[in-house]
Amino acid sequence: MKITSIDRADAASGILFLLFGLFFGSQSLGLELGTAFRMGPGFFPLILSGVLMCFGLLVLFNAFKTDQPGDMGSFAWRGLLFILPAPIFFGLTVRGLGFVPAIFLTTVIAGLASLKMRPHWAILLAIAVTIFSTLVFSYALGLPFRRFGPWLSF
Amino acid sequence: MDLISNLGLGFATAASPENLLFCLIGVILGTLIGVLPGIGATATIAMLLPITFQLEPVSSLIMLAGIYYGAQYGGSTTAILINMPGESSSAVTAIDGYQMARRGKAGTALAVAALGSFFAGTVATLLVALFAPPLTVIALKFGAAEYFSLMVLGLVSAIALAHGSILKALAMVVLGLLLGLVGTDIYTGTPRFTLGITEYADGLNFVALAVGVFGIAEILRNLEGEQDRTVLGTNLGGLFPTREDLKQMVAPMVRGTALGSILGILPGGGAVLASFASYTMEKRLSDRPQDFGQGAIAGVAGPESANNAGAQTSFIPLLTLGIPANPVMALMVGAMIIQGIVPGPNVATEQPALFWGIIASMWIGNLMLVVLNLPLIGLWVRLLKVPYHVLFPIIMAFCSIGVYSVNSNVYDLFAVAFFGLLGYALIKLRCEPAPLLLGFVLGPMLEENLRRAMILGRGDPSIFVTRPISAVLLALTVGVLVVVLLPSIRKKRDEVFVEAD
Repeated sequence: MKITSIDRADAASGILFLLFGLFFGSQSLGLELGTAFRMGPGFFPLILSGVLMCFGLLVLFNAFKTDQPGDMGSFAWRGLLFILPAPIFFGLTVRGLGFVPAIFLTTVIAGLASLKMRPHWAILLAIAVTIFSTLVFSYALGLPFRRFGPWLSF
Repeated sequence: MDLISNLGLGFATAASPENLLFCLIGVILGTLIGVLPGIGATATIAMLLPITFQLEPVSSLIMLAGIYYGAQYGGSTTAILINMPGESSSAVTAIDGYQMARRGKAGTALAVAALGSFFAGTVATLLVALFAPPLTVIALKFGAAEYFSLMVLGLVSAIALAHGSILKALAMVVLGLLLGLVGTDIYTGTPRFTLGITEYADGLNFVALAVGVFGIAEILRNLEGEQDRTVLGTNLGGLFPTREDLKQMVAPMVRGTALGSILGILPGGGAVLASFASYTMEKRLSDRPQDFGQGAIAGVAGPESANNAGAQTSFIPLLTLGIPANPVMALMVGAMIIQGIVPGPNVATEQPALFWGIIASMWIGNLMLVVLNLPLIGLWVRLLKVPYHVLFPIIMAFCSIGVYSVNSNVYDLFAVAFFGLLGYALIKLRCEPAPLLLGFVLGPMLEENLRRAMILGRGDPSIFVTRPISAVLLALTVGVLVVVLLPSIRKKRDEVFVEAD
């Protein structure tokens, strides 16, 4: 068997399934299992984890006998770096800073994920989004957001 | 007659001015987002789901149904104009639709798609109205064992229709089921898999999972290679099909509708299968099979009708049994539960206005699509030219607001980021995310019915095979698995999907 014939995407997904199976399986063991008659909270998840690990092993095994390894292509590193933190940032600041500044900064952060977005355009776009969503979500739909939070009151 | 009075009640509900308005907003928003390249119906609904939560249950579900039809039509538009299907079901439309567009008949292709969808929608709505009520009667006889077996059948059929590796799709279902179990155990109140975070005691937020895995992962994928798209359709050509075009589309439309209606009822994403099957059938039946792939009208009219009919009839298992047949229906179940409606056979008897209102709104939504979209096609084409780097920050902002507005739970936003990462990783590893979502929605129901059935069976698992309906359903499940795994069929299945790529 040549090393080049490993399908890396399949191997990685097999490992991913195994890891998830291990996580849920080990957590289930800490729960009450019960009997088949009266199943405890850990019974069904433990079975599922076992099944998931079996599938993971099979996928991993199959990855080694492929004849045409797939290509994973390029990764959106810049996207990962800016897109994923955007909702987290919104979550961390929406109560403290309030809705208006939080959504403005979130949009700016997300905007930076693209190389094509010049910073001043990102800010202009964010201003437009902020005005629109404040009018729609806060005033029109009346969602219970504080527009400006306690961190900003001096 | 019952049917007429029921439909009357439905139309009275759906045609109230505010519900009409919400249906209209839904259709427009759905098309608006669905037309964005690479964003299919599932991602569109996931993103727009939160804005419906502030409404009354009936209005919100009507609006969601509108979003669904709009998104689906938007997906066909991108498939035809830029050969970029948002969803696997419109992948078939892209084959001949794009070729028509390249020959300067984009307008005709779009009109054929719209008219085909409308025809299919009308027929399928009637079918739903006819068959849903008798099925609820059967559904009321279902016990825990039957529900369990039916869900297993649904999950396994979903895999049969997924793209790519069957083994990985099975693993994705199981992973989805496990993620669905996160939260407090309903029988004992024990928190499970929450890592001690009390904010996750109610389970992982369904909207967060859907937005992350479908919406954000999709954005990340589109950011990979930021190249410019070539939009066809500066010259749409004549919008209305000629008499000859119409003649060519009638028969495929009728056949597609029939095929789609039947396949849509099957649990597990019948709409996708329907459009593939219709395309294959039209190619076989045609006098000029060599035209297919070169811009055959039948290759657009058939699959589009089949797709829409299947999308409509897939409401039947949802409305009668509360079991989602595809990821979009899974989103609907999520929306219903958030609105405090337990989907299932009781909806028809306890909330007739809601039940029939949704059915009537399906037809109204389809009508609006035709009336709106034919004149607005020019506008959608212009929207395709808006650069992506302007669109996605807006989408991110609305996703964040939307997810937060469901429960005002900050941890839901952290979950969105996690699921965005997971979804992107899964796309990279060539795992279809749709089975994961189905598993996630069905996880808690599956466990509850399993536990209940085992208590009823006194711990003896043979209860699943001694009860006749349950035994039949399980036999069907085994049948589906065997058929899918048979080497010859497997090869054929791969061919069908390859043809679409």
